Amino acid sequence: MGLDFSIIPEYADLLLEGTLWTIALTVLAVFFSLAGGVIFAVAQLSRHAFVRWPFAGVAWLFMGTPLLLQLFLIYFGLVQIGLDLNAFTAGVIALSLHFAVYNSDIIKSAILAVDKGQHEASRSLGLGRLQAMRKIIVPQAIANVTPALGNMMIALLKESSLVSVIGVMELTLSAQRAISDSFRPFEFYIAAAVIYYVLNLGLEMAVRNAERRSARYR
Amino acid sequence: MSEPIVKIRGLKKNFGDLQVLKGIDMDIEPGHIVALIGASGSGKSTLLRTINQLEDVTDGQIWFDGDLVNKDLPHRAREKHLNQLRQNIGMVFQHFNLFPHLTALENVTLAPIMLGRMNKHEAVDQGHALLEKVGLGDRAGYFPSQLSGGQKQRVAIARSLAMKPKVMLFDEVTSALDPELVGEVNRVMKQLAQEHMTMIIVTHDLRFAEDVSDHVVFMADGYVVEAGTPGQVFRNPKEERTKAFLHQVFDE
Repeated sequence: MGLDFSIIPEYADLLLEGTLWTIALTVLAVFFSLAGGVIFAVAQLSRHAFVRWPFAGVAWLFMGTPLLLQLFLIYFGLVQIGLDLNAFTAGVIALSLHFAVYNSDIIKSAILAVDKGQHEASRSLGLGRLQAMRKIIVPQAIANVTPALGNMMIALLKESSLVSVIGVMELTLSAQRAISDSFRPFEFYIAAAVIYYVLNLGLEMAVRNAERRSARYR
Repeated sequence: MSEPIVKIRGLKKNFGDLQVLKGIDMDIEPGHIVALIGASGSGKSTLLRTINQLEDVTDGQIWFDGDLVNKDLPHRAREKHLNQLRQNIGMVFQHFNLFPHLTALENVTLAPIMLGRMNKHEAVDQGHALLEKVGLGDRAGYFPSQLSGGQKQRVAIARSLAMKPKVMLFDEVTSALDPELVGEVNRVMKQLAQEHMTMIIVTHDLRFAEDVSDHVVFMADGYVVEAGTPGQVFRNPKEERTKAFLHQVFDE
């Protein structure tokens, strides 16, 4: 039995649905992981230990354990303590937290690398520490690490396939459904791979665009 | 004589074991231009930076406008007190420290808007006026990377002026500039002097100091060695160390 890609259009609706869920997962997780990354970074640079420690603890937890396990814990584990999340929400939360921790590491070192004179100039005008962070330091830090953050976001898009295991009908799971119906694994896995690749091309373009915009002042 | 706007008594500052300021007393009258001169390492920049508490002090007192600057307060209250204080003390740095991701105009409008001094419209109007005043009215939309050193420093001066400070601190503001760009910055400072802005200027440019200041303070080794009018200090120094310093500088 050779390869026959002509079967794919029959399952186009299913793959399209999967693609849209993957896009939804990724867009939400990119947003929350970047926002979370900034919050984790700033919190871990706080001068107060009672602010630093909880965030550092969560960061350790999420960096030191597999994403798959985190998905299980958030989806199946939290039910036991009465928090019944739907699979999509659990997937967004797990991806967001997991990547927020990686992003925060990148953003943290970028914040520390911003020239000390920027702090001094901000403070000399009467801005508070957090005001200076928000308007002066963080925007420059982010602009300096846009490429690195972009790579993380491309990884995020790919890792979103793990969410299939908790039953979110995203691209990988929809390909599996098509396979169990058609008994054509090779064709549909390749089709899914091509779609991931195309989505990543789009994401890469968005990252380049963000890079250009964030670096327009240089 | 009016009450000094900046009053310093017994000021000491250590960096670890290193004593940088060893007991400074100083009064700065409103509207006066004070030049702090001395060799590198004499403590003049550190002294300037203690006035707005970019450096905290080890011992002694600083008053600004009748208010004790280095009050002993809990952290949060101290931050609030310093933010309030710093809004009235402008500072210009050797390396400009302009915000590179903001345009010249945004650099000038950021603080007044963010700190609620004025609404956006007023801040923009004032920003254009200040850029005009420093001769950069046509550069409002430029980013710092598109400006020369002298232009950057003039934007930095405009940025400080936007908070309508009562005192301006200048920390070697022409030291990092190409020689041909020094004049344009000095001209802006002179113009401020003529408008009776109170200015404290740390400088290596002794001719400028003599030209613009009402009062010159010569520092060495963390002490004020000699202070007086430019005529006294430059033309008729009493202390040996002052004479030696002036000799060394003017012979070069």
